[in-house]
Amino acid sequence: MTLPIAPLRSRAEAEAARLPPLLARAEHLAGAVLLGEHGRRRSGLGDDFWQYRPVQPGDSRRHIDWRRSARSDMQYVRQREWQIAQSVMLWVDNSASMNFSSDDNLPQKSDRARLLALAVAVLLNRAGERVGITGTLPPRRGNAQITRLAEVLVRESDADYGSPDMRGMQSHGRALFVSDFMGNVDPVRTALTSSADRGVQGVLMQVLDPAEEAFPYRGRTIFESVAGTLAHETLKANALRDRYLERLAERKAELRAICAATGWQYGLHHTSDSPQSALLWLYRAFDRSMGR
Amino acid sequence: MMIGPIGFATPWLLAALAALPILWIILRAVPPAPLRRRFPGVALLLGLKDDDSVTDRTPWWLLLLRMLAVAAVIIGLAGPVLNPQDDGAEASRGPLLILLDASWASARDWPTQRDLLDGMLAEAGRQGRPVALLRLSEPEEPVFQSAEAWRSRLSGVAPRPWAATPGMMARVAATLGSDDFETRWFSDGLSHLGREQLLSALEARGPVSVYQSPRPVLAMAPVELVDGALRVTAHRVQPGASRDITIEAHGRDPAGVQRLLATLPLSFDTDARQTSGDLSLPAELRARVSRFEIAGQSHAGAITLTDDSLKRREVALIAGRDDREGLELLSPLHYLEQALIPTADLLDGALMDILPANPDVIVLADVATLSGGEQTALLDWTAKGGMLLRFAGPRLAASDVSRTDEAPLMPVRLRVGGRMVGGAMSWGEPKALAPFAEDSPFHGLAIPDDVTVSAQVMAQPDPTLADRVIAQLSDGTPLVTRKRVGDGQVVLFHVTANAEWSSLPLSGLFVQMLERLAVSSAVAQPKAQDLAGTTWQPVRVLDGFGKLIDAGNLPGVAGDRLVSDDIGPDLHPGLYDGPDRRIARNVLGPDAVLEPAAWPARIPVTGLTRPAEAPLGGWLLALALVLLMGDILASLALSGRLLPARAALIILTALMLPDPGQAQDDKAILATSEVVLAHVLTGNAQIDNTVRSGLAGLGRTLFFRTSVEPAEPIGIDLETDELAFYPLLYWPITPDQPTPSAEAYAKLNAYLRTGGMILFDTRDADIAGFGAASPNGAKLQRLAAPLDIPPLEPLPEDHVLTRTFYLLQDFPGRHTGRRVWVEAAPPDAEKIEGMPFRNLNDGVTPVVIGGNDWASAWAIDSSGNPMFPVGRGYAGERQRELAYRFGVNLVMHVLTGNYKSDQVHVPALLDRLGQ
Repeated sequence: MTLPIAPLRSRAEAEAARLPPLLARAEHLAGAVLLGEHGRRRSGLGDDFWQYRPVQPGDSRRHIDWRRSARSDMQYVRQREWQIAQSVMLWVDNSASMNFSSDDNLPQKSDRARLLALAVAVLLNRAGERVGITGTLPPRRGNAQITRLAEVLVRESDADYGSPDMRGMQSHGRALFVSDFMGNVDPVRTALTSSADRGVQGVLMQVLDPAEEAFPYRGRTIFESVAGTLAHETLKANALRDRYLERLAERKAELRAICAATGWQYGLHHTSDSPQSALLWLYRAFDRSMGR
Repeated sequence: MMIGPIGFATPWLLAALAALPILWIILRAVPPAPLRRRFPGVALLLGLKDDDSVTDRTPWWLLLLRMLAVAAVIIGLAGPVLNPQDDGAEASRGPLLILLDASWASARDWPTQRDLLDGMLAEAGRQGRPVALLRLSEPEEPVFQSAEAWRSRLSGVAPRPWAATPGMMARVAATLGSDDFETRWFSDGLSHLGREQLLSALEARGPVSVYQSPRPVLAMAPVELVDGALRVTAHRVQPGASRDITIEAHGRDPAGVQRLLATLPLSFDTDARQTSGDLSLPAELRARVSRFEIAGQSHAGAITLTDDSLKRREVALIAGRDDREGLELLSPLHYLEQALIPTADLLDGALMDILPANPDVIVLADVATLSGGEQTALLDWTAKGGMLLRFAGPRLAASDVSRTDEAPLMPVRLRVGGRMVGGAMSWGEPKALAPFAEDSPFHGLAIPDDVTVSAQVMAQPDPTLADRVIAQLSDGTPLVTRKRVGDGQVVLFHVTANAEWSSLPLSGLFVQMLERLAVSSAVAQPKAQDLAGTTWQPVRVLDGFGKLIDAGNLPGVAGDRLVSDDIGPDLHPGLYDGPDRRIARNVLGPDAVLEPAAWPARIPVTGLTRPAEAPLGGWLLALALVLLMGDILASLALSGRLLPARAALIILTALMLPDPGQAQDDKAILATSEVVLAHVLTGNAQIDNTVRSGLAGLGRTLFFRTSVEPAEPIGIDLETDELAFYPLLYWPITPDQPTPSAEAYAKLNAYLRTGGMILFDTRDADIAGFGAASPNGAKLQRLAAPLDIPPLEPLPEDHVLTRTFYLLQDFPGRHTGRRVWVEAAPPDAEKIEGMPFRNLNDGVTPVVIGGNDWASAWAIDSSGNPMFPVGRGYAGERQRELAYRFGVNLVMHVLTGNYKSDQVHVPALLDRLGQ
């Protein structure tokens, strides 16, 4: 069987092309943060020298520090600071409802969510933390992990609304959940409660489109979810506005309440806003949750 | 049905308007279609109920917009017509007589009149009325037949260059028959004698209505020569406000091309019916004027043709005896000068100085001997049509000229000495003149009693003498003899030009004789009795529109009738050729008076224009469309889907017409990226296709044989396409192709001036000879008239076209007509020593004109086979080959210009290089 080459190649290229820009943008975003005061504090953390100690039986010869050993008759092993690296698990909602933007000039919510998550991952990776994705990618360190993260992040699901995935979550780890949280709120509550039980703390980032905040619709309208599973018809869309906004505010309050109860932090980001500020907020939130 | 000035073709459709209120209610009740929106927040909306179960009502103004659109559609479909022409409903159903004055004055509004007539006939056809059409200027018995039959003949009904005479009117009145009919009379606006009687005869048979154009009639009286200036007189029929007109003098320029030679602005004062002005022109220019016309008036009355009466002949007077100063009355030339000064331009000087001026007449008064050179030059001039008038005298009598042998410049041999009669020393009485013989040019002139001859030179009796005598004395001796020399003539008066030998120069007869000999020309129109016995042949005659047409086989006109009769069917206005001169008869005589038509008050008179029928349906439907577009915009705006950018796009799309620029650009790019042969689209699909195939065939030949590799040929619409990209334009002539607009002509002229070439092909094998009556030839003349085309000549043997690629002398296409016309070589083109051709035009001829139907010979079908047979057998194929060669040469000529012509310089260049 022969596949038509040109479509295959172009598809492959299109797929491949999605990763580097996301990576590059995430690196760029993260780089901007590192230039700030918070970044310096943690630089070189993983390289910190701890002590030289004499070689004991069982030590690999590879670990002998030859420079130090040459200055005396003994052999020394160079030990670094024993770092307790946190493992941070990301959950980025990849459901259909995230693939929405009310304007051509605005990015889709999923795009912004991935960008923020990956940028945070880059920052955490530089800070020596291990970053993984719940359910699919166990936490690891290193630049290769960033690439793997990016690969997993661009996957999409067909479901209309996503719910947090708690698989692979380690006790006393850290977590970042990014979603619009428009779907059922119960799985979120369950996930956060169970994570709180396991000592996992984290950040809940709600990403919304400006249209979802403003509800600028009028006239007879059938609203459909992005995947098309839900529909609601109204004769006067403008009459619904107040009640919709009320419900949205309730939803936000509920999320905030869950977070407060479980010790998580709640953040709200609009795709019309700059990702930079959201990243800064996320970084500080992690800073706080790392318990320094 | 009529509502005000608007009528409806299908008025019952308007009943649908009653449905509009129902539609209003329905439209109000039905909610607008729901909009589907993707919205992730729908999860939050689930379960929310609408407060109000009633939908958003469509706003009243949107409803109104839609109502208006629907109403416009309904009214538009009902076929509204502004000013419908159905006034025939109240007219009678009986037969209809349409009477046309059809005179020269009707010609000014003929197209309008014909349109009205056409409408009238169409209406009569619808009503089934029998119609008779009658031209008063060409009366015949009225024949009532179907209107359609008349309509088909309408284009052949043209005005005549004369007006109806009372006799014609009486003839019409006599043939009207006894049946009743309605009469519609298309008047020319002039008063004509006999009209009252005809009108009452018509009124006896039914109602009469008159149609008459309100446009003023302008006419022109013959131009007269007054004190050396041309007195131009224009008339108008209706006195009114002051009005400026322009008189144009047309004639041939020195190159023989018809041009506007001079203009004279004239002005009618308020309420003046006549105006005149003087136009001073140099004699040379004046002699070339062939007609005067009032600018912008296209009828025969606004034109006067000129004849010999405006031309003053140049007469050179040379006397042999200039030594007797102060004795004016004895001067041999005194009486001649007196007789000729009013009518001729006199030249004075030595013979050899005068001859190059080529006078019409040279008078030698008592000049006996001429030097050899003088005699040769004079003989040469005479043979070319000059008139040598010699007078006898003492010197001639004493000389030996023409004594034994007849001198070439003398009509007869002369006896020695001459004779004296009735003098003191001689017997007998002075002799009187004998009546002129019938074949004499003086025939008809009255001879006064007091003209006597007392001395003369005597002619030797010769066999030819009797033929040469044109006047003799009562005793039979010759007085005036004449001999033809080539195209000219030598006339000898056997007496002196002064009163020494006879009293002839003292009498009026002398002047008349000079006139008859065409030494002088009459200032005024000749009298009828002057022309009695002569027959005048029409050469060119005017038609009703003032166009000069060939007289064809019109019969000759007797001289007295030519002058005295009115213009009519037997005497067309035009130019008449007679013995030794040409007389013009114009529509208006010198003393013509034009009176406006006066119709009795009971006769309804209407103008020619009536408000045109204007169907409004299209406009209303367009309005409905616009309203619906507005409805789309408004609906979009209401539902929030009208983004500013989208709105701008929609409005732009609605405003923008389909852009022809794109196609134009594509064509331009195609035409400029390759050499493209182009042809003019004639509108006749078959011919266009043939020409296209022909150019394709020629292109293929060029591709195979030369380095020219043309792309596919392109058809050019002269109105819309840019011409500058095409080196060669093939223009096949069809009689029915549309005449390009003024802008297209401007474009064509620019194209010709900037180096383009047009190949005109009349495709008729030049059957009728060039420019003659073949319909294609006539069409070509009309098409090419506004083009800036230089003088042409048949393609000379040494033209560069004969050797740009192939050496050719014949240029056959499907036909083998020999004549192909190209730009004429400059007159100073000379053959260079050692070269087979002249150094001709330094450039490409802008036009090539022929009729050989080259495109058909070139044409190939899609598989490359010839589309049309050419000739027979091998000779035919040879002819096709030559046709291709002509095409190759032509394209080479266009593309390389005078490159081949430059080879004349090769020897000079080699010479300069020192080889």
